[in-house]
Amino acid sequence: MLELKNIRKTFNAGTINEKLALDDLNLTLNEGDFVTVIGGNGAGKSTMLNAIAGIWPLDSGSIVIDGKDVSRLPEFKRAAYIGRVFQDPMMGTAGSMNIEDNLALAARRGKRRNLRWGIRAEERVAYKEMLADLGLGLESRLTASVGLLSGGQRQALTLLMASLQHPKLLLLDEHTAALDPKTAAKVLELSDKIVQEHGLTTLMVTHNMRDAIAHGNRLIMMSNGKIIFDISGEGKKKLTVEDLLQQFEKASGMQFANDRALLG
Amino acid sequence: MNLSISALISAMPGAIAQGLIWGIMGIGVYITYKVLDIADLTVDGTMCTGGAVCIVMMLAGQPMWLCLLCSFLAGMLAGLITGLLHTAMGISAILAGILTQMALWTVNLQIMGTPNQAISLNNYDLLVSLRYITDGGYPFYQNPLFVVSLFIIAIIAALYWFFGTEMGCGIRAVGANLNMAKAQGINTNLYKVLGLMLSNGLVALSSALISQYQGFADINMGRGAIVIGLAAVVIGSVLASKWAKNFALKLFCVVLGAIIYYIVLQIVSWMRINPDYLKMLSAVIVALFLAVPYWKSRYAVRRKITKTTGGGGDA
Repeated sequence: MLELKNIRKTFNAGTINEKLALDDLNLTLNEGDFVTVIGGNGAGKSTMLNAIAGIWPLDSGSIVIDGKDVSRLPEFKRAAYIGRVFQDPMMGTAGSMNIEDNLALAARRGKRRNLRWGIRAEERVAYKEMLADLGLGLESRLTASVGLLSGGQRQALTLLMASLQHPKLLLLDEHTAALDPKTAAKVLELSDKIVQEHGLTTLMVTHNMRDAIAHGNRLIMMSNGKIIFDISGEGKKKLTVEDLLQQFEKASGMQFANDRALLG
Repeated sequence: MNLSISALISAMPGAIAQGLIWGIMGIGVYITYKVLDIADLTVDGTMCTGGAVCIVMMLAGQPMWLCLLCSFLAGMLAGLITGLLHTAMGISAILAGILTQMALWTVNLQIMGTPNQAISLNNYDLLVSLRYITDGGYPFYQNPLFVVSLFIIAIIAALYWFFGTEMGCGIRAVGANLNMAKAQGINTNLYKVLGLMLSNGLVALSSALISQYQGFADINMGRGAIVIGLAAVVIGSVLASKWAKNFALKLFCVVLGAIIYYIVLQIVSWMRINPDYLKMLSAVIVALFLAVPYWKSRYAVRRKITKTTGGGGDA
């Protein structure tokens, strides 16, 4: 479903701040894979997701989604294949627009927008049901401004918007990191439910090792712009936090001392 | 010195008519400044282009509606240039507007041939004119207050429809959250250009009406227009903040804002204040109105902090 072939990206090339963020990275995801991504700060987790989403062009390498090479497509065109939820709850929704407008915008992702009315009556009914499924009481607030919602509610709404079109690929970029633990758990639970319901191929970046182990069918660990550990199936089910720390030490050596605090 | 109230009152219909026409310009500024979240300075140039096109075409004997349509299209073209400078050439929006505005000075002079082109009601059938108010004896349907009000109702209705369509929602999303818009597959560059074109088209239409109203187009008529447009928008949003949630009502408040601006201006000139001070006064008024929401939010935060610390002391 997703193929990253030797993707490479250097930031601030030729300056003192030069940073090789993605180092000829390779990754292949099968349809329905739910992959959690962990790694220390600056390992390239978010950079990989941004590369897939097309925020900036790659230095080299190619990205193939469902057999189609999207490497040269601009961000807004790739959006037809990709649903995204960001770390910042403000980033995924338009705060000055209301809930149904936000959903209607997402429902038209990858389609031509023309001079038809922006939302249809039957859509409203469908949105109400979907919002009721979230269990956050948003179903009675379709015309409320999104700016009035809490961070958790906004993330849940973004999740709904990202999955509305059943995208080929769902990118979750530390989407619970800015929430309090209780809300984060709730949003994670929702993510699991939505991914399973639609069988979405998913990449989820997280800083939390326990979450990375508990969710998904495959786990990858990154360091210095490379994948240094990749485990799935039975192996992943037996995985413990201790195993991960050991793997990290083995694969990245010196780095571990710096990253231990962040990963633990 | 003659500060008679009757002189002020008799000047009011003219001031309100001017406010109404500038209200159309204010709606144009609203689209860029509020909806798209871009401060577009092209309008200082477009506010002359529309009038120049309209007056020159009318002098050449073209029908009124064609003149207005061409003014609108000329404004859209100016918006297109600013949009391309911004999106295709990566120039910041504010600078792109200034560059187009600069270039329009030359364009406007070329259109008119001279810095000033006058048109007289004696020889041409004008759609709106100050003389329909001052001369007397004209039927109500020729009164600029009536004619321009019809224009405004039609424009607000059309914009209400447009910004409710899929395309219009896309433009709103671009202004509300650029990141989200891209993530939802919206061609943000295209929609920015569309918004700029629509905005400048309306400004040029307003310019065409105002030059008929005053009986001439002048190379300087757009100077400082952005400040007047912003005045209409900020006064309008203060009016709207309490009760207007609906998009059409918000646009209506912008028009009210422009009318209030021109009434204040009329009072100022009635008080015989040196007209040289007017631009300074306008700038100060707009600066204050722009500062109000900022001050309000800071005050609200401080009050919240005092409240919580106070509550902590009690407990």
